[in-house]
Amino acid sequence: MDKLVAQYSRPPHQNEMYSEQEQQDLTASVPPLSLKFSLPPVDNRSAFLRAMTDDHSNPSCPIKLAHGTTTLAFRFQGGIIVCTDSRATAGNWIASQTVKKVIPVSRLSRGEDKKTNEPTPGLLGTMAGGAADCQYWLRYLSQQCTLHEIRHKRRITVAAASKILANLTYAYKGYGLSMGTMLAGMTPQEGPALYYIDSDGTRLPGNLFCVGSGQTFAYGVLDAEYKYELTEEEALNLGRRAILAAMHRDAYSGGFINLYHVKEEGWVHHGFDDMNPIFWDTKLQKGEFSNVTSAL
Amino acid sequence: MEVLLGIAGKDFVILAASKAAMRGPTVLKAEDDKTRQLNKHTVMAFSGESGDTVQFAEYIQANAALYSMRNDTELSPSAVANFVRGELARSLRSRSPYTVNLLLGGIDPVTEKPHLYWVDYLASLAPLPYAAHGYAQYYCLSILDKHHHPDCSLEEGLALLTLCTDELKRRLPIDYKGMLVKVVTKDGVREIPVDNDKVVRSA
Repeated sequence: MDKLVAQYSRPPHQNEMYSEQEQQDLTASVPPLSLKFSLPPVDNRSAFLRAMTDDHSNPSCPIKLAHGTTTLAFRFQGGIIVCTDSRATAGNWIASQTVKKVIPVSRLSRGEDKKTNEPTPGLLGTMAGGAADCQYWLRYLSQQCTLHEIRHKRRITVAAASKILANLTYAYKGYGLSMGTMLAGMTPQEGPALYYIDSDGTRLPGNLFCVGSGQTFAYGVLDAEYKYELTEEEALNLGRRAILAAMHRDAYSGGFINLYHVKEEGWVHHGFDDMNPIFWDTKLQKGEFSNVTSAL
Repeated sequence: MEVLLGIAGKDFVILAASKAAMRGPTVLKAEDDKTRQLNKHTVMAFSGESGDTVQFAEYIQANAALYSMRNDTELSPSAVANFVRGELARSLRSRSPYTVNLLLGGIDPVTEKPHLYWVDYLASLAPLPYAAHGYAQYYCLSILDKHHHPDCSLEEGLALLTLCTDELKRRLPIDYKGMLVKVVTKDGVREIPVDNDKVVRSA
């Protein structure tokens, strides 16, 4: 009976390629998590970290983490749209306006964005929360994905990749990791797949996610016009517009709009564009943002 | 998690306020009216510290009425807004300031132009084409940034409001028990019946 229940109560996005045994093998093949980090010699490490880094309760804290972001990804009929801003802040300080918050995760596409418009096979990860944590652990995930590819002679599914990351964040729960990540990819087994993983250990499959301090603004624009049947052009424009909304209203988001489209053959980059000309175009051409005055 | 929304259009102002009166984890009343009419063509919607809100609103209401009786004229929306701000600013430096956030909407009886004012408990006053208070700001301002235009008709304005309330139903974790919607036109203030039972599906 339990077996029957388990068979039918599985969430729809969970991948059917792997049996229970195979999944166990998969997790067993991942090396143990002791990567020999040195830890502070105190009892409560997460409290120590918070005391060192939290600039709300302690404005003069010694370490200011890069935080504050807007990232979004949604599934639609033609694949997955992934879009982010490019601002990194440390407290009130804008540390960078040119951060690449979309990180390719796979052996074939780990390097820089290619100049051609050919789709690049592999997964995309997004970066929200601590910049260092995201970069480090997505790079680690990339390594694991590559090993998976070598071991199994096929590309890893998004379900499996997201589970590696979620197991990792769950293992480090309470140690003060800070990340909110979306993994997007398209595999023959799954079709378009989108997962949300965060440093609490949450792992959720879904159609639409916005992550970061500007998430609510992006959700507002996106939810109002989102439908699965969107055309490719509509989807790209909606993603771009939702990020623009967040960059305009959220002080911790801004810079450039980074836009990606994940298709069956791989992902395609659709530009890293300064928000300012796009904002003024949107205002003056389309008459939006009517609370902003353009006349002196 | 009180919701206040305001939209000004071509010849009207919409004010909408959530109907739940909450205290701690309890909804005390599901049909609460967080608005007061200040004169024939000005309404005020309020949220904030319970007790303060109604006291302050009715104090303003009474003083607006007193002014009209003494001078045999009605105050324009901008006059009321500046009076309200003055009272809040005075209260802010007192021993027990009013913790009240307001939206003030009205039609100027002379020019027949719509006016919407956003006032917060620190006595900031801002005339705006659309405004929100509380968590609604985070979800609705981006929608209004995109879909609002200053010459919109009342029908378009109400459709825009639905866009906003749908998003709140979708994303706010607490049920705010629907919205009470008031519209000011040159003919005065009226309540608009809205369908608060509509189920909104999430993506």
